[in-house]
Parts: sequence; C-alpha cells; structure tokens
Amino acid sequence: MIAADKPVQRSAESRLLHVDAVGRIHSAPRTALIELLRPGDVVIANDAATLPASLRGVHLQTGTEVEVRLAARAALAPHDVLRFRAIVFGPGDHRTRTEDRALPPPLAPGQRLQLGPLTAVIETVLGHPRLIELRFEGTTADVWAGLARHGRPIQYAHLPQPLELWDVWTPIAAQPVAYEPPSAGFALDWQLLAALAAKGVVFATITHAAGISSTGDPQLDRLLPFDEPYHIPLATEQALRRACRENRRAVAIGTTVVRALEHSAARFGAVVAGDGVAHQRIGAHTQLRVVDTILSGTHEPGTSHYDLLHAFAGARVLRRADRALDAAGFRTHEFGDSVLIERASERYSSETRRCEADANFRANARTGRAVRGAYTSRFLRPAHVVQEPGRLSSAGRLAGCCC
Amino acid sequence: MQTDMQTRVLITGGTSGLGLALVKELTARGARVAFVARTPERVAAVARESGAHGIVGDVAQKHDIHRIALQAAGLLGGLDVLVNNASDLGPTPLAMLGDTECEDFERALVTNVLGPFRLTKALLGSLAASAREGRGSVVLNISSDAAVNAYARWGAYGSSKAALAHLTRIWDEEMAAQGVKFLALDPGDMDTPMHALAIPDADPATLKQPGVAAREIADAIADLLPVALRRAS
Repeated sequence: MIAADKPVQRSAESRLLHVDAVGRIHSAPRTALIELLRPGDVVIANDAATLPASLRGVHLQTGTEVEVRLAARAALAPHDVLRFRAIVFGPGDHRTRTEDRALPPPLAPGQRLQLGPLTAVIETVLGHPRLIELRFEGTTADVWAGLARHGRPIQYAHLPQPLELWDVWTPIAAQPVAYEPPSAGFALDWQLLAALAAKGVVFATITHAAGISSTGDPQLDRLLPFDEPYHIPLATEQALRRACRENRRAVAIGTTVVRALEHSAARFGAVVAGDGVAHQRIGAHTQLRVVDTILSGTHEPGTSHYDLLHAFAGARVLRRADRALDAAGFRTHEFGDSVLIERASERYSSETRRCEADANFRANARTGRAVRGAYTSRFLRPAHVVQEPGRLSSAGRLAGCCC
Repeated sequence: MQTDMQTRVLITGGTSGLGLALVKELTARGARVAFVARTPERVAAVARESGAHGIVGDVAQKHDIHRIALQAAGLLGGLDVLVNNASDLGPTPLAMLGDTECEDFERALVTNVLGPFRLTKALLGSLAASAREGRGSVVLNISSDAAVNAYARWGAYGSSKAALAHLTRIWDEEMAAQGVKFLALDPGDMDTPMHALAIPDADPATLKQPGVAAREIADAIADLLPVALRRAS
C-alpha cells in the first residue's frame, strides 16, 4: 500500500473498505461511513489526546545525543507522570527509518538524561539496550510544563514534516494519555457526531493510553502492544448494556477500543465502568464478547493491529481485503484510509455473548489490589474499599481508581 | 481531598483583575482550578498564594494553545469549565477608530476572539467528555457592555467583544446536542488594572469590586452544572 505522507486527518479523498459479516467486500468514500451504520448502533471511540512523547536531549554520562520516546506508564492518573517506560534512540531523528536508527550509548541505572527543560534518571534497563524505565525529576507540574514546551509528537519516516500536537489530536481528544494518536478517530468530526445523533446512533467513548506502534527492533516489537491503562465511563457501560440486551451492535472506532472493552468483558463477564490495564493480545484465537464491528486504519500484515483484525474476520477474507486495498490504491499509516470490518457470523459464540457482569466481580475488586485491572469505587479511596466492602456495594457503582 | 466530583476549571488571564478574583473564588468553592497568564513570576506567585495550577502561556500565540490545553487537561485529568477571560483593550490610551493602529486592532481580535476560539476548539474534546460523563460542561466567555453599545474610542475592544458574544451564541447552538453549554457574561465596570488603563481618572468608588463580579460569575456557572459549585460562605 501507499504511505499517507501528509498529516491531513480528514481529506475529501479518504476512502473506506467495507467487509461485511459474510465476507463481501466493497469500497466507498469514507464519507459513506454514516450510511453503513444503523439506528441503534453504539459507536465507541477512544477520546485520548496524544502526548508530545518524543523528547530530544543528551545522555549526560557520554554527551551523546538521544531521542527518548515515552511509551507507557502504570495508570492514567494526572499526577502519576513521574515514571515512564521509554524507548531510547541514539543520534538522528524520525526521518531515518526506525529500524535503521542508531542505538543509544550503553544505558545503566542512575544515569541522567537532559531532555530540554526536563531531567530524567534511568531507573531500570529492561532487558534490551533501548528499553528503560525512567523517572523525571521535579514536580508533576514541572513534567507537564516540560512536555508542553519541549516534547514533540512521535512520528516516523513515512511522514517527514514535523508534526504539531494539533495534527495528532483527534477532534474529540480529551485527556492526554496516548503515546501515538488513536488514529481511527481521525475519521470523526463534530458534523459526523451530529449526523450519528440524527440517525439514532449512540455515541460513547473510552479513554485508552494508545501505545507506540513500532520500536525498530524485531525483538522489542514482539512485546507490543505494551500494557495500556484505560478508563471506561459509566455512560459507556450503560449504553453497551442496553445495546446488548436489545441486540444492537457495538461499533469500535479503532483497535484500542476493542482492546479496552474486550479486556473489561473478559475480566467481569461484561463491560464494567472503571479503570483497568489491557495486557492481552487479540488475534485469530480471541473470542470477542462485545465488539461487533471495527473501523480501523489499514495495517500492514505482521503488526499487532493487523493480528487484531483476525478476531473479526478469517485469514482468507482478510487476504482478499488486502488485495482489494492494494488494487484500489488505498493509503496506509495513521493518516491513511480506513476499513470497516463486521465480525464474521461464524465468529459469534452464544456462550460469551453476555450483557450482565459477573455477580461476584466485587469479590475480584476486594482481592484484586495487586492484580492488573483491579476495580475500586469511584467515590471511595482504595483503603476504604478493602476495609468496607459493605459501603462499596451500597455505593452502587464500581468504578475506577488506580491502586 | 481531591475527588472525581470536584469541578475542574481553566481560567485565562488569571493573575490580575477579574481572572485573579475568579481563581480565588472558584478555588474557595472547592473547584480544582488551573489558570493561564503570560508572566512566569506572576503565575508562580498566584499559584503559590491560591493553590491553583499555574500555566505560563499567551492565548494570542497560536503555538501556545495546545501547550496550554495539554497542561490543563493533563494536570486536571479533564476539564468541566473553561473561562475565556484574558482580554486586550486595543490601543491604550483608547483611540477613535480613525486613529487606531491596525496592529492594535489585530492584537485585540487575536486575544479576544481568535484565542478563545482556538483554546475552546483544543479543549472541546475534554469539555464534551465531561458532558457525556454527566459532570456538566460550560464555556464562559467574558464579554462587555462595549459589545452591545457603540462607545466612541472603544472600537477595537467593542467590536472584538461583539464578535466573541456572537461566537458564543453559535458555539452554543452547535454544541447543545453534545451537552456543552456556552455563555457570554458582562461583569460590569470593575476596579481592575484593565479599567484603569482604559479610564485612568475613573473614581474607584463608582466601580464594582472584581471579587463581587467573580461571585456572580461563579453562581452563573454553578447554575449550569449538575453538581453545583458550593456557594461562597
């Protein structure tokens, strides 16, 4: 496929390849998306804004120029921005293909990186010369101010011109927690949201810390996607439960939405509001529980995004779709064209199609403090949840915080 | 204690006059407040004094807008209320239109119309997210009677505020379905540095104290939110 090399989120030429539940394929302008949605569908998008997660600077020990790409943190909490997992490159910039980028100098715990106004200390090297855990010095406010002043959006060689934050924030971008844009959301604009409402399509969101798509190293790339924290609002839980009961479709805008909703449902039986950390890989082996249809960018075979599409459609259908994309000159990467894939009828299972969460998921919350994806009350501090489970159930609503 | 139910507010022009009074008023009512202003020393001083988050930036600078939005949504974890308060008078001393330098007019338009438009657009996702979560969502644009009445020598300021008031009505029309409410309010003639710049010989006794206007504005915001900001004691 051709790389989309201009940062235009919604171009008049944007296109859409539609793969339906019986494997029929047809191509349309992306503006036809509204016609492929049905009254009663729930469309769920990731409203994460994207961090300026690429930080240029110097490895102070050696004086070597480095680029640090923030790649993950433990939770979404606004004050929790001092520690990140990060990928470090040596001299050079995004115009060099990631796989050709120089290694950083040998990194070791305790070494410092001067990243513009920010100073970071390497806490751990995570089994690979490029992968570290770092801690910023200073306060939370210093880190946000430093990122705002000095950080740039992460970008790749297929798109040479420097990106600005406004290029990578979707129109609905809210809390800045993603490392790369949840780019399927580039297809949305306020006009489309108004059209959805007019058609009787329900719009809901999750917030999911979409991670980096490539490290340039096959060994590291196999670890992708990293664990990604997410938040599901109560309104989204409720909209999905109603839709499930009434046999209406859940349409995910992007792979991160699938990852968050399916993680929550796998854990609790159905989607439950609150915070969690998605750590599962989704692919041909995955029995989806929630999402019926996905709108996604076009992805190259071999990427984790491409693997995820196999949860919706069989390999033969996807190969036919790839050939159709190539033949019709679709453009790939984050500013490229889109695919809309309906889950194949044979990929439904009556055993996993459930609308209500497990009755015992509160027990999970009590035992789950050390477990990723633990749920605690929105209104109570974690300590209260553990000590006063009675209050937890009377609060009526289990939702997130961050243990 | 910080809770998810605290109203999260961003105020531009937060280190003097009405903006400063709003920072104090809304902080006192239990909101989590961030504010923007241009001078780092003044931002630091107001942040220290009020406990609000200070953000250094200039709403008239295109490249500052997303940096401000990033820090506000990042520090507060979202945004429920945006107050576009930072304003520019145009030429000072005030001048008749025929004597107004184009650059002075342009600065008033960028600060009073384009800046609020850009900042609102950058934060629209956060504001709509708050509305979807049932927290309520309000954009309050500070207007003026000069937006309505044709006062001689107030041409740059008055026409920019008239544009802002109209912009507010169109935003409100378009975003009502998303649950984001827009409001333009005239706080009245106040005893502020900006008023002193416009009318140096005004008798302060005839002017409203900015704290009084801040209470009225906070009440107006509270009326539009499902979880009311506590009334000032």
